Amino acid sequence: MRAKAGLAQMLKGGVIMDVTTPEQARIAEDAGACAVMALERIPADIRAAGGVARMSDPSVIRDIQEAVSIPVMAKCRIGHFVEAQILQALEIDYIDESEVLTPADEANHVDKHRFTVPFVCGATDLGEALRRVAEGAAMIRTKGEAGTGNVVEAVRHMRTIRSEIARLSALREDELYAAAKDLRAPYELVSEGAREGRLPVVNFSAGGVATPADAALMMQLGADGVFVGSGIYKSADPAPRARAIVEAVTHFEDPDVLARVSTDLGPAMVGIGMESLSEDQLLHTRGS
Amino acid sequence: MSGLSVGVLALQGAFVEHEEALERVGATPRQVRTVARMDGLDALVIPGGESTTIGLIGGDSGLVDAIRSAVAGGLPVFGTCAGMIMLASSTTGGRQPLIGGMDIVVRRNAFGRQVASFEADVSMPSVGDDPFPGVFIRAPWIEEHGPSVEVLATVRDHPVAARQGSLLVTAFHPEITGDDRVHRLFVDIVRGDGTGNQATPTVGGGIRVRPQ
Repeated sequence: MRAKAGLAQMLKGGVIMDVTTPEQARIAEDAGACAVMALERIPADIRAAGGVARMSDPSVIRDIQEAVSIPVMAKCRIGHFVEAQILQALEIDYIDESEVLTPADEANHVDKHRFTVPFVCGATDLGEALRRVAEGAAMIRTKGEAGTGNVVEAVRHMRTIRSEIARLSALREDELYAAAKDLRAPYELVSEGAREGRLPVVNFSAGGVATPADAALMMQLGADGVFVGSGIYKSADPAPRARAIVEAVTHFEDPDVLARVSTDLGPAMVGIGMESLSEDQLLHTRGS
Repeated sequence: MSGLSVGVLALQGAFVEHEEALERVGATPRQVRTVARMDGLDALVIPGGESTTIGLIGGDSGLVDAIRSAVAGGLPVFGTCAGMIMLASSTTGGRQPLIGGMDIVVRRNAFGRQVASFEADVSMPSVGDDPFPGVFIRAPWIEEHGPSVEVLATVRDHPVAARQGSLLVTAFHPEITGDDRVHRLFVDIVRGDGTGNQATPTVGGGIRVRPQ
């Protein structure tokens, strides 16, 4: 487990970028990404295409693995443990059991303890995060609302997780049993969270980050690092934006640097307001 | 003795874990993201992370050059994993800017991708008789080294910990184990009483020049 969670520790303070081609992967690596997510389509295009979104074709993943030396992640559908087996056979470095793809199982997530490859899973609140850790996730990310270029849900999820942990830490020990029941999470993990004042694994932010300022906002709210998907390759000029977001995550507390790297990046992705999405278009409500 | 001021390169990676370990062995850590933060340091730690990321960000801001000068001027540096890569004179399988300073050639991701990451007991006599809990994550190894480099530990016949003067490197991650013996060794080196100055060839340690 230390080697699985350890890779997430090494990714901290970094940016993980969605890529669909070897060229995009090299742009990401040259911009300073600490890992890439190999996809057939970025979330904004998955959202636009509709239909069932599945694991990427292995050829897409292999080409990207060949192109870069940094870790390569890939997504499987929630509960689709055979897609996860295939990704492990491809020697992917991290599996994202992701709500961005169409869930394969409405009740069960993948039993992640059965895999050598570590998993990252999305969460909207503390209970969800701890349920995923109980299933073996070695890394958590906020779900946000992928493919929208709108950071509002990622902010909500990060603030929720942090305030729920703060609340746990203020409870008496004999109140943690009821807290575990309310959170629908194992008592041992709830108790550990209360004691340590943090999640037991690394917690990145994902879903809607589109600008260097968005990335730094998530870092100042306590994220250990940032996933950027559609925000880079749906913008006018991806390479400088990718580099700027990397710089923003390193220097997230330095407004002078943030002002410099935010300058002259060209148009960001247009983005989608949450109010224009119907209930069935929301991704973050999948698989809680 | 008053606390040593030890910088921890905080561009990306597991730098907080190093800060905590340094505090436990009595040093005073300081995050370093800019050249200005290098002023007055007694030593520097380069953490694990992605060496390409660290090299690119540090290269642009002048930090890589500043650290290279400081190393040439005798600043003690401890590098773990990506930090070991950064201190190498060259690498196989990488194209990022390096700091250099140590007469070693490092192979990146030498043990393989994440599926090949592993934990192993590492015999490292310079930190004591008990084996050290080595956590190897997409770890590099030392492919070649010069005669002034002392190998402190080997795994699967490859050097994974070494020292040259006041430069110390490990391919594994002492900072995430809670075992502070390697950090203590580094602090001893900084204070000038590191016992590793004398080569202590024992099982798993000792001097090996250019294996293979």
